[in-house]
Amino acid sequence: MAKDAPADVGRAPDGAVPAVRIDDVAVRFRTKKKDVTALHDVRVDVRDGEFVAIVGPSGCGKSTLLKLVAGLLAPSSGEVLLHGERVGGPRHDIGYVFQRAALLEWRSARRNILLQAEMRGMPAARARSRTDELMDMAGLAGFEDAYPHELSGGMQQRVALCRALLHEPPVLLMDEPFGALDALTREQLNIELNRIWRRTSTTVLLVTHSIAEAVYLADRVLVMSPRPGTVTEVIEVGLPPERDYAQTLATPEFRAATGRIRELLGAVAAHD
Amino acid sequence: MAEAAEKSWRPLALLLVCFGAWWVIAAAELVEPYLVPSPGRTLDVVLDKPDYLWHHSWVTTYETLIGFVIAVGVGILSAVVMVYSSTVEKTLYPVLLFAQVVPKIAIAPLFVVWLGFGIAPKILIAVLIAFFPVVISMVTGLKAVDPEMLELSATMGASPWQTFRKIRFPASLPHLFSGLKVAVTLAVTGAVVGEFVGANEGLGYVILQANGNLDTPMLFAGLLVMSLIGVVLFVAVEVAEKLLLPWHASRRDGTAVTTY
Repeated sequence: MAKDAPADVGRAPDGAVPAVRIDDVAVRFRTKKKDVTALHDVRVDVRDGEFVAIVGPSGCGKSTLLKLVAGLLAPSSGEVLLHGERVGGPRHDIGYVFQRAALLEWRSARRNILLQAEMRGMPAARARSRTDELMDMAGLAGFEDAYPHELSGGMQQRVALCRALLHEPPVLLMDEPFGALDALTREQLNIELNRIWRRTSTTVLLVTHSIAEAVYLADRVLVMSPRPGTVTEVIEVGLPPERDYAQTLATPEFRAATGRIRELLGAVAAHD
Repeated sequence: MAEAAEKSWRPLALLLVCFGAWWVIAAAELVEPYLVPSPGRTLDVVLDKPDYLWHHSWVTTYETLIGFVIAVGVGILSAVVMVYSSTVEKTLYPVLLFAQVVPKIAIAPLFVVWLGFGIAPKILIAVLIAFFPVVISMVTGLKAVDPEMLELSATMGASPWQTFRKIRFPASLPHLFSGLKVAVTLAVTGAVVGEFVGANEGLGYVILQANGNLDTPMLFAGLLVMSLIGVVLFVAVEVAEKLLLPWHASRRDGTAVTTY
């Protein structure tokens, strides 16, 4: 292909069926004046239970990538596979968290989480016990009956996370989930997301603008080029799953990875 | 309660000042009493013929309510159909806008010719006048839904009906209610206009009769009762809104209970 992206840049080394396979995907939007290529030549394999973060400049198609995996958007060419199965419409075996919590303001925190169960027709008793369990795990105990407007941004995002995890999806997609939060809240939620991920062994794809967040949370970080976006490099973080926040930030692996990503994104900025 | 008093004392004071001015003008006979009767004389009329006014008020209220309910039903239904089918929207919406330009009051005589002197033409005019704000507010409300919420709903495997019932419809209610408040007062106007054109019952009829007899106290009494009906219906819609949408932003009194 035209660009200088290495062909197998995101391929998993082993032969197992990946949780997510993005195979030579391109997305083109047709506007009145011209065709815009949002993504091209994207090849990514995500192993089962792996945490992959995606960073890149604004408008590089990071969010588009998540929508492809969720089946909310069809690729113009190439295909997306979830556990070996071709994605051909909205997938029900994923959890989605947006930058805005997108909660229903007329429902309490608990009933917002239960929306997932109602839509899926999950058995009520199981849904309720699972909700209690999740709210407990996400630090929402005591806020079950609070309405969204009574909750801070961080707490709202915890509710959105619980809602996304209620049906125990094998794949969790997060689109800048902590982008609207202040730095301290964000750090706190990073720590909790790491803990939750280790406990649930869910495959996670996280789009973020924060290099530190990406490296602290992920096994691998995909670095994307500006539009038309493609994956230019995959960084193996090389840290164990269990990560103490302060200690992790001081490790040579963390500094090497963040340094390399900053270099790549900086090169992009200088190139602009 | 203290909060309600805090909110309402200013407009109440203004109303009292207006009544005071009316009383002073009438008492000092600045204007001929047959043109502007005193508040006392107007009240006397109301108290003298309670059955008469009660009967005609009820007729007008009845026409208004039926017209309002039909307008709400048809309005919500049309809005839903337009939001879910762009073909219908492209066909119907411009026609609706055009229909709004036609002064409904001018069609009223035609309805009397078609439907006679009963309550049917009054209800029809009330429906036509009240329909528009309902449709517009409901369309706006249904379209105001968070697109990410709809995407989430798709990943949850929700059926279109589930998405409508659990997400879109409740999300549209605050918009709908602002339309309903306009519609309910317009429905009163519609019913009275219908009565003006041809009726032997209702407050519009009372006012026309009083006007013909130069019975200004009765005319004023009719106006007062009519306004009262409008206020009561408006408040009823507001109370319904408060009960149904305690969560809505305009109704909140508390702030965030957590800090992060």
